[in-house]
Amino acid sequence: MNPYAVKLAIRHLLSHPGQTALLMAGVALGVSVFIFMSALIGGLATLLTLRTVGSIPHIVLEMPDRDPATLSPNAHKHVVLQKDLSRRDQIAIWQPVIPIIEQTSGVTAVSPQIRGSAFVERGQTVAPVGVIGVMPGKLSDIANIEAAIVDGSSNLPADGILIGSRLARDLGLRVGQVIRLSSDRGRTRSFRIGGIFTLGIASADRQAVYMNFTTARALYDLSTGISRIEIKVEPATDAADIAERLRRSTGLKATAWTEDNAQLFEGLDAQARTGTIIKAFSLVTIIVGIASAMLLSIVRRQSEIGIMRAMGASNGLVISIFVLEGTLIGFIGAIVGAVAAWFALLPLPPVTEVSSGGLPIDRQQGDFLLAITLTTLAATLASILPARRAARIDPVEAIGA
Amino acid sequence: MSAQAIFSVSGLTKRFAEGEAEVLVLKGIDLSMTAGEMTALLGPSGSGKSTLLTILGTLMRASGGTHEMLGVDLMQASEAQRTEFRSKHLGFVFQFHHLLSDLSALENVMMPAASAAGRETPAMRERAMELLDAVGLPDRMNYRPSAMSGGQRQRVAVARALINNPVLVLADEPTGNLDRQSADQVMDLIRSINQTMATSFLISTHDEHIAAQCSRRIELLDGRIIRS
Ligand SMILES: Nc1ncnc2c1ncn2[C@@H]1O[C@H](COP(=O)(O)OP(=O)(O)O)[C@@H](O)[C@H]1O
Ligand SMILES: [Mg+2]
Repeated sequence: MNPYAVKLAIRHLLSHPGQTALLMAGVALGVSVFIFMSALIGGLATLLTLRTVGSIPHIVLEMPDRDPATLSPNAHKHVVLQKDLSRRDQIAIWQPVIPIIEQTSGVTAVSPQIRGSAFVERGQTVAPVGVIGVMPGKLSDIANIEAAIVDGSSNLPADGILIGSRLARDLGLRVGQVIRLSSDRGRTRSFRIGGIFTLGIASADRQAVYMNFTTARALYDLSTGISRIEIKVEPATDAADIAERLRRSTGLKATAWTEDNAQLFEGLDAQARTGTIIKAFSLVTIIVGIASAMLLSIVRRQSEIGIMRAMGASNGLVISIFVLEGTLIGFIGAIVGAVAAWFALLPLPPVTEVSSGGLPIDRQQGDFLLAITLTTLAATLASILPARRAARIDPVEAIGA
Repeated sequence: MSAQAIFSVSGLTKRFAEGEAEVLVLKGIDLSMTAGEMTALLGPSGSGKSTLLTILGTLMRASGGTHEMLGVDLMQASEAQRTEFRSKHLGFVFQFHHLLSDLSALENVMMPAASAAGRETPAMRERAMELLDAVGLPDRMNYRPSAMSGGQRQRVAVARALINNPVLVLADEPTGNLDRQSADQVMDLIRSINQTMATSFLISTHDEHIAAQCSRRIELLDGRIIRS
């Protein structure tokens, strides 16, 4: 860099402190909008993802779909058994699979489960529920039921069940009461309500019924097999990759949570796009602001530029001076904006502790360096055109000799 | 052409496109100057004085004729060569001082040299201080132009024209914007520099009083030299 260009650029900025400060403040504002949007969009994504993946399995392993058999395969008649969509085959041999899953990297919890549908009857009311039979000690491996208990306890004796608070309210059930439960296998048994939980997920709070693994076996006529294996992984966003690895190593059908939550991702994508547009606008504002300020400044200093050109300053020197000025405004403004944004976001609680109604802003995702880099680049870009225009000034016209 | 001629032009013409029509502003100028001359270029307004100085100063190209200085054919030279030539051998003083408002008097005087070198050097600073001393402003080195009088600014402009030790200084109505007293000061200054530093001056003016202080006079009328 030409030291004389640096000197003249800095000198001009310092000679007009008010104008320089105003320009830098504009840039700083644009940069803080950029950072704020990044932090907000990132924080929202984190919050929604956390909320979504917190209580659901990240990967579900089941028996692969089997196409229904074709009966009497002859050319004139084609009889096909309709696929039974309500029931899936059990995983008959599952014990050897568990260690394989547990040793897969990224896997943090493995919960073999018996699943089935059932009806809860109470007086005239009948409510459909989904039974989840979990192994001892694995009750909270997928959804943290123990922490969600609002009444009673999380113990699961052979005749005990845990139900959601919505179901309890709809049917007027309380802890200690005995209810009858009929499985879709035609078996009916009485259970004592041991605890009531609120997960905050409507479907679970209305329909999930947790019970002992062995009890569920009896209710669904499964002598040795299980219905599915639910898995948690870390990080949850790697679920699809890990699911693919598990599918290959176990031969089971592996469904990652990401497949069932396409809407969430569409939503997050849309949000991110909105954020990108707003960020792009803040950059465009910076470019327009700096470019117009530079153009004005060049018109005002036309005769000074002319005299420099007349007295031997090269095109390159004139261009350097103005590009440097714009870049300095952008860079210093960006630093100021980034520092201001940093301190402004400092007192905000982490996303995991955001109270409802508060904005989930994640300072870590504020893209500070990107904001500074892009803004500085934008400022340089914005000053190139005015600078070239300055270099084209005809000394004779400018001086008016 | 005499041996010690610093520049010579012959048959020099300049035409400007004026809308559809063309205007011939210089109609064949033959002129040369020898080292150490202090020449007044007289003529009424619109006679072509500024145009001639601008061409001699390589800020504009002639339309025809020859233009040679210090053995260089400036008609053929490229724009880059002319820029370099200008910064090495020519100095300028204009009717308006055109000092850079962000720079001090001292920095303004250094500007042509610093622009060419890409930096300010201690040697330039030294030379600029000598020049400000010579133009009688040793105590105004660090003043911005806005804090100086019109006469002082024009004296800074004269010092600036001298920083690269030019052979020739082209001064276009250097006192045109000054009161009589300041004008006399600037002319005294130019004369003493001409004598002590042997720098040649070509000074345009329509003021007989100014012309009287020069060693040679050329009169221009309607694009032609009528007396020399
Ligand atoms: N760029 C230009 N385009 C057209 N005409 C010009 C231009 N510059 C000067 N002229 C004309 O040339 C003539 C001489 O101008 P100038 O050299 O400025 O005279 P002086 O300095 O003696 O007053 C004037 O008639 C002026 O209008
Ligand atoms: Mg003139």
